[in-house]
Order: sequence, then structure tokens, then C-alpha cells
Amino acid sequence: MNAAIATDSLQPDGAWTPSKGVVGMTCLIIAESAIFTIFVVAYLFYLGKSLNGPTPQQVLELPILNSICLLSSSVTITLAVRSLRNGDTKRFSVWWLITIALGAYFLFGTGREWQHLIYDKGLTIQTNLFGTTFYSLVGLHASHVVVGLVALLIVMGFAIGGFVKQEHAERAHVLSLYWHFVDVVWIVVFTVVYIIGR
Amino acid sequence: MPHALRKLVFLTCWAVKRCFAGDAPLYLISPARKKHITGKIVLLILAQQRIFAVEKFDSTLVPSIFAPESVPAHSISHLAGFVLAITGIIFVVVGGLLAYAVVRFRRRTGDDGTEPAQIYGSGPVEAAWTIVPILIVVVLALTTARVVHEIQDARQPSGALEVQVIGHQWWWEYRYPKLGIVTANELHVPVSQGDTHRPTFLDLRSADVVHSFWVPRLAGKTDLIPNKINSMWIEPERTGLFLGQCAKYCGTQHAKMLLRVSVDTPEDFDRWVKAEEQNAEKDPTVAAGRLVFEQTACINCHAIKGTVANGRFGPDLTHLMSRDTLASGVLSNSPENLRAWIKSPEQFKPGVLMPAMNLKDADLDQLVSYLTTLK
Amino acid sequence: MNGTANTSELSGAMPSRSILASDKNVLDHIHAWLVTVDHKKLGLMYLIYGLFFFVVAGIEAALIRIQLAVPNNHFLTPQVFNQLFTMHGTTMVFLVGMPLIFGFGNYLVPLMIGARDLAFPRLNAFGFWLSAFGGLLLYFSFIGGEGMAGAGSAPDVGWFAYAPLTAKAFSKGHSTDYWILGILVGGFGSVATAANLIATILSLRCRGMTLTKMPLLVWLNLIMCGMVLVTITPLTAAQIMLLLDRFVGSHFFDTQAGGSATLWMHFFWIFGHPEVYILVIPAFAIASEVIPVFSRKAIFGYPAMVGATIAIAFVSMTVWAHHMFTIGMTSTGNTFFVISTMTVSVPTGIKIFNWLGTMWGGKIRFETPMLFSIAFVFHLLFMGLTGIMLSAAPFNWQLNASYFVVAHFHYVLVGAIVFMIFAGVYYWFPKATGRLLNPRLGKWHFWLFLIGFHMTFDTMHIPGVLGMPRRIYTYEAGRGWGILNLICTLGAAVQAVAVLIFVWNILISLRKGQRAGADPWDAWTLEWSTSSPPPEYNFAEIPTVKSRRPLWDIKHPTDPDWKYE
Repeated sequence: MNAAIATDSLQPDGAWTPSKGVVGMTCLIIAESAIFTIFVVAYLFYLGKSLNGPTPQQVLELPILNSICLLSSSVTITLAVRSLRNGDTKRFSVWWLITIALGAYFLFGTGREWQHLIYDKGLTIQTNLFGTTFYSLVGLHASHVVVGLVALLIVMGFAIGGFVKQEHAERAHVLSLYWHFVDVVWIVVFTVVYIIGR
Repeated sequence: MPHALRKLVFLTCWAVKRCFAGDAPLYLISPARKKHITGKIVLLILAQQRIFAVEKFDSTLVPSIFAPESVPAHSISHLAGFVLAITGIIFVVVGGLLAYAVVRFRRRTGDDGTEPAQIYGSGPVEAAWTIVPILIVVVLALTTARVVHEIQDARQPSGALEVQVIGHQWWWEYRYPKLGIVTANELHVPVSQGDTHRPTFLDLRSADVVHSFWVPRLAGKTDLIPNKINSMWIEPERTGLFLGQCAKYCGTQHAKMLLRVSVDTPEDFDRWVKAEEQNAEKDPTVAAGRLVFEQTACINCHAIKGTVANGRFGPDLTHLMSRDTLASGVLSNSPENLRAWIKSPEQFKPGVLMPAMNLKDADLDQLVSYLTTLK
Repeated sequence: MNGTANTSELSGAMPSRSILASDKNVLDHIHAWLVTVDHKKLGLMYLIYGLFFFVVAGIEAALIRIQLAVPNNHFLTPQVFNQLFTMHGTTMVFLVGMPLIFGFGNYLVPLMIGARDLAFPRLNAFGFWLSAFGGLLLYFSFIGGEGMAGAGSAPDVGWFAYAPLTAKAFSKGHSTDYWILGILVGGFGSVATAANLIATILSLRCRGMTLTKMPLLVWLNLIMCGMVLVTITPLTAAQIMLLLDRFVGSHFFDTQAGGSATLWMHFFWIFGHPEVYILVIPAFAIASEVIPVFSRKAIFGYPAMVGATIAIAFVSMTVWAHHMFTIGMTSTGNTFFVISTMTVSVPTGIKIFNWLGTMWGGKIRFETPMLFSIAFVFHLLFMGLTGIMLSAAPFNWQLNASYFVVAHFHYVLVGAIVFMIFAGVYYWFPKATGRLLNPRLGKWHFWLFLIGFHMTFDTMHIPGVLGMPRRIYTYEAGRGWGILNLICTLGAAVQAVAVLIFVWNILISLRKGQRAGADPWDAWTLEWSTSSPPPEYNFAEIPTVKSRRPLWDIKHPTDPDWKYE
């Protein structure tokens, strides 16, 4: 039985089947996209319907640096996986670490934005419909970044210990799919919250 | 009982014959003919009720959707008849084929054990049973869309009566804004007979959770949703009492949020309006009772026009005695029941939001004698 | 009744052993089941879990029916009644329906595609235990938290938990929180298992089994699992929102702060409608396996069956607001959902015709699985037609939230799904245990359940037409509903007896049932090529197939299927 988690298999009669790792991760991404879609729908539905309190126009600033960091981390993780496919575990570790750093900065930046909104602008999840939908949508995304970072850190730990080898490239690729998903969601959230919503 | 059974069989055969008669589709039949057919269907339903009639009941009060007495309810009933006819035919044809297949193609005793011819599909057959259902769907969808539009987009004529219905846990508030009336639980509307058309247009709101206003013989149901105003209309064509109840689960006493709609002649309706517009009776002999009312927490929730009481959390009591029932249909309206209700509402409607007031018996007696003057 | 050809040559399977082999002590047995990642054991655990809660929810239904048997009854307080109908519905959908369909999928899919296990066996176990503990959490509410107005502790907001009834203001205490959390946790398990099955079906099929050569059960499970990914998750999202409302004071469904009650309805029914298709498609799957075998013919119109199911999956995502015709949508909105709902009847009808076409010209054997399947087709036809009635929006304005709807959906859930669960159990019990279920008891079970089912659910349409709404703990005398409700209750009693016979049949057949070989029904798909019960590794050698019915090819070497497909 196929021991490797994620190799594509080519059957003797030529039929191709996808790797189960990629299929599994794709299913997870589809399911998570559905969850995010519902939160986005709620956000759009409630735009302009708050009865009181700060509006998006009044308090939101474009998180440009945050977004650049997160989106470039997609590039760096791709470079990491490519390095590993080529057998270059050292380069892999470097790019992987940079990815983690960029993701961590994104979280730090989000935290700073929220601190500003809560303490300086008086916007909490309880304040009004905008607060409710903003914190839940951005928070849902941030929680997915956290989960992704945890996974990346575990792999980093393995890499430092010297356990990550070239044959694990496919597994790293599957994990990178999750990370790309998180980035695509951020593009959607950014567009909905900071562009359409303001 | 045998007579009712015979009638049932006759009506069933008649209905089946109609379905296969190859007549024009129902929506092309004249209104008079539609009434005739609908009446037959109603008789069919009522006939089976007679067969099963072991409990005493007044069949005119049964809130059957096939006994419509109002314009939108009639439209729905006609559409329902059409849909029933089509689905009935489909059931007989397809069900018949299935039954035939199960009997005809069963393995016989003494079978030689060989496998029958393996047939994997048939293009023409599969195309046919795809296209025919699509055509049926098109016909049904068009018919339905017409009735949806007819009922939902009906314009409110100038003479229509306007009522605001506000749903509460677990009672109904009615306001007639143009007449300055506020009442509860029992709705009065005028009849539309002959040339007079006086439909009632209802605005539906909720003070708390989702409810639904359903009086089957007058109209389909429409929900009362907080933060949303829905509207519906009825045009009753016969005087009388029409029953219904809340039709969306709204909490513990959802089952006891009953509806009574009294369709009155124009004269009776005007008389009722006049009475409702008056302030509450001020009978000096029950002043003690009125004092009990005003000094206990009653006035926090209840209103009595012309007194200091103007609470809106509970039903308006100005003309309490003009109603048939108490607590939205739970008890019939009598002094004994009223006393028992005030003493312990929880006993009759567990979970009700009206607390027991824990009055002394003497105070309770005076209170009841005051309330029974509120005609 | 026995396979005539030596089909076990296909797998070189070892001789069968009873699953109650006695070379271990009880604790070892229990431990083996607790830590297992074997899809067959997990499948059986899902099935046992589902059947256990079927009995529990059945008891809840029996109590409801006793309360409703006569007008103004005082058998149950309103608070308890409201908890019971909430728990009955929630249990049947989430703790019975979902586990049973995943149980069948788990057990059968690897066997039917010639694989040794699911793609991710440990994830499989994780998904099972998540679902199981979600259910236990829900039932803990009976003894755990506080309820509405101190009435008790289980949730009492109805299985679709409309806002704002579920807000903290109207649902005090924690009963609603148990409803949310129990299902939320179970939902993660469902998504995990669905992803697992999809990966299995797409990646682990044996040689020669292209997508067009899979058994229909596998196809339909693939489609169902795809639906699960995008159906359960909207409910998860809505429940997270409700949790935020109840615990951190957000306003998603808080109408006092401008929130929308109808938004919850939209989100819930975007889940709720496809969910019933998720529950019924596995019933279609079982029918598509059982009916051909007992008609002795290949399924009629395999490509149309696949295509129709895919169409159902997509169209079912566009019909959800037919549960909301009464909330005051515009006439245009209502008309859209009328059209989309009526459209879904076309592929459903195609499937009924295909089963009819399979039976047509066959040699039908009335074994117990086939009896249930024939009844299933009739019930599906009937409920499809009452569904058309409900899709006509003005007709719906009368029938919505009445006992007509209750009758309609029980026709699907019991008349279609439960009947096919029974069929599936009778059909595959010999494979899983090596013993046949007693056919005489099976026929008693079938006929009693059929009679009871019709007594209850045929009759139940009528009170709805006569104006009886649902979810009422009692009703007035004098509206003509009393005798009808009494008949419904008596029918429930008959069904209960039938289910007891079924349980009894399982228990005695496990010990003393007639031994079954690898292929007691003379069937054609791969699971019948291995021993009964299968060894843990399923097949000694992964098979290669050339057609949709590999065992037919072996049994009919001069007339194999692959010549015609």
C-alpha cells in the first residue's frame, strides 16, 4: 500500500490518480473557504447597517506593510519547497524561516492594529455591527495564520534537528498549499474590509 | 357511516374521472367552474372527517386550507388543486409502473437460475423521462409564479382597513392606526360581500422573537420577524369566526398563542370600532378594584385607556370583557377564569411571562370585579 | 443464494473468522476497538453509535407521540416537550443520520475500490471520536446546564434554532450552548471524514478502476462527501457567530442592535437543505447496489445515475430558501426558489426511473434487503410529489411549519433513508459478521415497520392540511385533529415493535445466525470477493478490474460486462 503520504501514482494501464495529500489538503481548503465565505457574506450584508458607533471610514487604515509581508511569505515558502525538491536543505531552512518571520510580523501588525482600534478608537466586537463583523472576519483569518505558523514552526524544529530530507518535499508542498490558501483569503478579506467596505 | 363511505367512494371516482377527462388545464377554467371543483375537493376532505368523526366538533371551525373563505386563500386553494391533480397523475402512472414491474418481473418458482438479459440503458427512453418532467416543471413553475405575483404584489386599494400586528411571547397585539384602536388577541375585520370590497391589509412586526400569523381559511401564513416589517392581506367573503394560531416556534408557550379572527358585517364592525374607541368604563362601584390595579405592578405591563395605566409589555385591557377568551385563547373569558388566571397564570400557561401577583384574596376579588366592568 | 463461481480466487482471502473470536480477553477486545484505525472497525463503530442513538431518538419520538395522542394532554410539561422535539430532531440528523452514512461509507468504500483502508486511517479514527464526543456533549445537557426559565437542561430551541430565540436574552442558561458545541465538534469530525473518503476514492482505486468503472455506491459517496465540505461548514460558521453573540456580546443575530434574524435563517438553510441530500444520497447509493443484485440485472443507465446525482448536488445548493417562503421575500425571490426547487425534481425522477428500469425485465428476488428497497422507491416517489406541492410557494404559505411538512420530511428521513439503512444492514451484515440475519424475523420487521410507517406518516399529512402547526406541545379539541393524531401515535407504537424485532434479530444472528460465505447474495462488486468477515488487510492481493461488475466478469467469462460498457 502506498506508504508515502503524497506521491502521485501512475497505474500500469496509464491512468493517473492524484496524490492523497494534495486531495486531502484541497478538501480542507474547500471546506475552510466555505466558512470564510459565510463570514464575508455577513460582513457585506451588515455594511452600513450599524445603528451607532465608529464606521469603517472613520477608523480603518490600509494595512499595507502587513499585507506585503504576508503575501511575500507565499513567495518565500514556494522558494523553500523548491529548494527542498532540489535537495538543498540549507536553503530550504533559510526560506522557511523567513516565511515564519513574515507570518509572525503579520500577526504582530494585526495585534497592533487591534490595540489601536480598541483603545484609541473605541471599537470592540460589542460596539456595533461593524465591530462584530470586522473582528470576527479578520480574527478568523488571523487564527488560521496562527495555526499555519504552528505547523511551520514544527517543521522548522524538524529541519533544525536535521530530520527534513529531499523525499519530504511533497509533504512540504502540501503544507505550503495551506499557507497559500491563508494568503488568498487575506487578499479577499483585504478587498472586502479595507477597500469595498470603506 | 356507510353513507359517508359511499359518498367518499363516489367523490374519489369523480375526482379521478376529472383528472383523466382531458379537460383544459385548471387555470384556464372559469372561476365559477373552479369554485365548483374546489367545493367538491372540500367535500372530499370533510367526508373523510365525518368517517373519522369520533370527537364532537363544529366542522365550520376546522381551519382547513381547503375551506377558504377569503380571496388569497381561494387563490392558494385553486393552485393547490392544480398541483394535486398533476402530482396525483404522476403518482398513479409511476406508482402503477413500479407495482406492475414488481409483480410481472418477480422470479417464478421453478426458475432455471439463468440471468435475464442485461440491459445497460436506452437513449430514447432516458431522454423521454428527462424531457417530460422538465415540461411538467415548466408548467407548474409558470402557474405558481402567476399566483405568487397575484397575492404578493396586490396593490392596497384606498378603502382597505389597515391593521398592525405585533407578535409577543405569547400573545398578539393589534393596532388600528387610522382608528386609534389598540387591542389584543382577537381581531375584528369587516366582510367583503357582493360589490363591497373591504380587504384588510396587515403589517406584521415582532417585539421579541419570530412568530407566524396563520389563519388557514383566510390566507397563507406570514412570519413576524423582529427588525423587519412584513405585510399580508385578507379579503374575507363570509362573516363568522376563523381560527388559527402562531406557526413558528417562539418558545415555551408557542402552542398557546391562538388566533381568533371575527369577520363582521359592516354594521357590526362599525359598532365594535365605536366601542373600542371609547375609554374604559369608569364604574364608581368598583373604584376599590381600580385602585388595586393602579397600585400594584399591573400598570407596568398593561394599559387601560383613560386611566394612568399605559404599560405596553402585556395586552391592552381597556375592553377586556369584549373578548371571548383570555390569555390568547387559553381560557374562556369568565370572572372565575379571570380570577384563577390572575392568581396563578403559571398554572394555565407554564412559562408565561406574567408573574403571579400574590394578591390577598380580598384584593383579588375587588380587582376582578373591576376588570369585569371593562366591556 | 451462494456464489456459484469461486470468486475468492480474486483475492486469495483467508478462511473467515467470526468477529467474536475468543482468543483474547474482554479488555483486550475493548482496547483493540478503542485504538483501532481500521476502516471496517470504525465503520461498525459509526453504525453501532448511529443505531444506538436511533433508539434513543425513537424513545424521544414515542414520548412526543404519547403527548400528542389526545388534545390538551398533560403527559409532558411544555418545557420537557420542547426539549424532546429539539433533541429528537437534532439527534436524528447529527447523531443518527451522519454516523450511519459515514459508517456505511467507511466500511464499504475501500472494499469496493480494492483498497486496504482509507487514505488517512488515523484521521478516520479522529473523525469518529470527534463525532462521538460531540454527541455525548449534546446529551450531557440533560444533566448538565440550566435551561430556559429553569425548565430543565437540554436545548429547547428546535433543531434549527432560529434567532433571536437562541440569544442569551431569550434562551437563558446554557442549554443552547450545548446544542451549538455538540454539533460544532461533530461537524469537524464529519468534514474530516468527508475529506478522507474523497482522498481515498480519488487516490486509492485499484488498477483498472477508472472513475467510470466505480460502483455507484462509491460515486455517490464521493458526491456526498464533496457536498459535506461546503454544506456543514456554513453551519459551523453560523454557530461560531452564535457562540460569539452569546459569549462575547457580538451582534450577528441580535435584533436589538440591528442584527438580522433572517440572516441566521439563510445561513442555516444553506446548510440545512443540502444536508438532507447528504443524508439521502447514501440511501440512493445503497439502493443502487441492492436493487441490481436482487433484480439480477445491471443498473439501468449508470452514466445518467452519476450525472443526475451530480446535478442534484449542485441544484440542491440553490434551493435553500424554500424553507423560508413565509419570511417576506419579494415575489421575485420567491419565484426563483420555486423554480430551483422544482428543477431538482427532474434528476431525482431520473433516478427513480432508472431503478424502475433496472427491475424491468429482471428476475426479482424478494429477500429482506429488496423488500426495503422496493418500499423505498415508492416512498421516494410519494415524498418527491409532496415536495413539489411544497415548492409551489403559495401552497407553501399554507403548508409551511405545519404537520404536512413534518409528514413530508419523515417520508424522506424514515421512508427513504431509514428503510435503506435497514436494507443495507440486511445486505452487508453477512459480509461484516460472517452470518446472515434471520430472514423470517426480517420479514416481520419489514411488514410491521411498513404498516406502522404508513399509519403514522400517511395520516400525518392531514392535520397539516387542517391547520395544525408543528412544534406545539398540545392542541385544542374541536379542530378535527384528535383522532388523526391518535392514529399517528398508534403507528409509532407499531414501528417501535418492528425496531425491537430488528435489534433482536441482530443480537441473535450474531450468535446463531446461518453462516454466510464470501458471496451469499451472488453479487458482483469487489467486497464480495473477500471472506466474510474480511481480513484486516481486506485483500491478500489488490485486484485488477476491467468493468463495473468484476465478479460478473468472473462468473460469466463468455459474456463479461466490459464488452458492453
